Amino acid sequence: MSKLGLWGLKKSPWVYHLAAAPCNNCDIEILELLTPRFDVERFGVVLVGSPRHADALLVTGVINRKSLPRVLEVYEQAAKPCLVICIGTCTGDKHIFRNSYNAVGPYDKHLPVHAFIPGCPPRPEAMLLGVVKALGKL
Amino acid sequence: MSAANDKQRRIVPIGPYHPLQEEPEFFKLVVEGEKVVDIEIHLGYNHRGHEFISPELTYDQVPFLVERICGICSNSHPLAAVMAVEDICNLEIPERAKYLRVIVHELERIHSHLLWVGLAGHFIGYNTVWMWAWKYRDAVLDVFEMLVGNRNHYAMNKPGGVRHDLKPEMVGPIEAAMAEVEKKTWLLTKAVLDDPVIHARLEGVGILTHEQSLAYSCLGPTSRASGVPGDVRKDEPHAAYPYLDWNVITFPEGDVFAKAKVRLLEIIESVKMVRQCLKQIPDGPIEARVEEVPPGEGCGRTEAPRGEVFHYMRSDGTNRPLRHKVRAPSYMNIASNKVACVGGTIADAAITLAAVDPCYCCTERMAAFENGQQRYSWNELLRLSWEKTESIRRGMKK
Repeated sequence: MSKLGLWGLKKSPWVYHLAAAPCNNCDIEILELLTPRFDVERFGVVLVGSPRHADALLVTGVINRKSLPRVLEVYEQAAKPCLVICIGTCTGDKHIFRNSYNAVGPYDKHLPVHAFIPGCPPRPEAMLLGVVKALGKL
Repeated sequence: MSAANDKQRRIVPIGPYHPLQEEPEFFKLVVEGEKVVDIEIHLGYNHRGHEFISPELTYDQVPFLVERICGICSNSHPLAAVMAVEDICNLEIPERAKYLRVIVHELERIHSHLLWVGLAGHFIGYNTVWMWAWKYRDAVLDVFEMLVGNRNHYAMNKPGGVRHDLKPEMVGPIEAAMAEVEKKTWLLTKAVLDDPVIHARLEGVGILTHEQSLAYSCLGPTSRASGVPGDVRKDEPHAAYPYLDWNVITFPEGDVFAKAKVRLLEIIESVKMVRQCLKQIPDGPIEARVEEVPPGEGCGRTEAPRGEVFHYMRSDGTNRPLRHKVRAPSYMNIASNKVACVGGTIADAAITLAAVDPCYCCTERMAAFENGQQRYSWNELLRLSWEKTESIRRGMKK
């Protein structure tokens, strides 16, 4: 990737929110990040409506059998390089759903993951830190 | 339907991943020009199998699981589940625990309704409302953090009582937060509901009549906005609700505007209830000891922000439930989109679909889908259900 492109990505990562069988909680905390108390738009983080515009996918929840093919398709549509940032404990070890017949996680089995942010749900500050650390790896 | 009509029809797919709502779901709108003539609703992107996992956990662990059915109603589900366990044990919980349950339950309703108001503003392109409502909601989340130690997922209920006590120094900050929420809700109500643009956008849109609401078994604010005064807190008072003075808010219109009004005014009622609880709460223990859970069955009903939550549990005398059944309100409310959406325009479909405050996380625990294909037919499901009942019955006889 060109130096200019990388600079642009690091200065203003556009994120796409991808919910794959979550419990809604990480999702409302992601939206909380955009609202006045945390307001990540001042750092250039914008929530976009299409994966084609996204620099980072924020994924939540245990993936289930029905959402897995859709998640993979969304990842294919996203322009590369695309960061995959997993939010919530259940993206990693499936948390309380580890005995479920429908959970096909963890994510790193299916996608190249750049950061796991544990917590149920993680605090908005932790999410910010995770995104910053993932960007630092580029 | 004639062939000529068929040619004019087009399908507009919404979902499963789309910028409109944060949860995955799939709507197939059949349109003629701008007009929506039919809608197909596909669910199952959120199914995690709670009812399957629950029998593997002990009664103390089950509240932690059902809390994670939905992050927004994460007090309603555990409350209904522990009420089911207490129903099996015939257990009366201490008075202080009853009040604490109501405090958390009503705080949850305030934060959920403010969340919906914000998202509804976002759906009609009124982002200022979204930012405002979520800013005011932060006061409630701070109260939760102080009271139970987490912003969401409160882990408040346990069979026999509650886990966290209210310390005397917390009363002041909670009252201050309630005063703030009340003031800002009135501000929102006046600013939003007097806005001529919002009137034009929401009035007469997505109408669900009284009869349709009954026919589709709608629950919660969705039905109360159609003039059905159903509310479990009044119909079957549990916890500390019988001791409190409050009103059920209903409006007869049934449109999206009425649903917004119901939710905004319910926030005020909830604030009233929290204040009364803080005033009336007696001293004493916060939990009763559960010695053992005898064989039998019990159910718990409670009013979640979206409508009635029903939990059924069956015990065989061990420390794990034999069967745990959950009925979440959004399942009925989502089906009512079929009548509310048809006849409107595509632009109105977004807000109409959102107006029932759908919670797919709550809803999707049971349908068996694989790669978009339904794996079980109705008869197969029925057979499986009968077999399960039979095996449970055999287990109970031993």
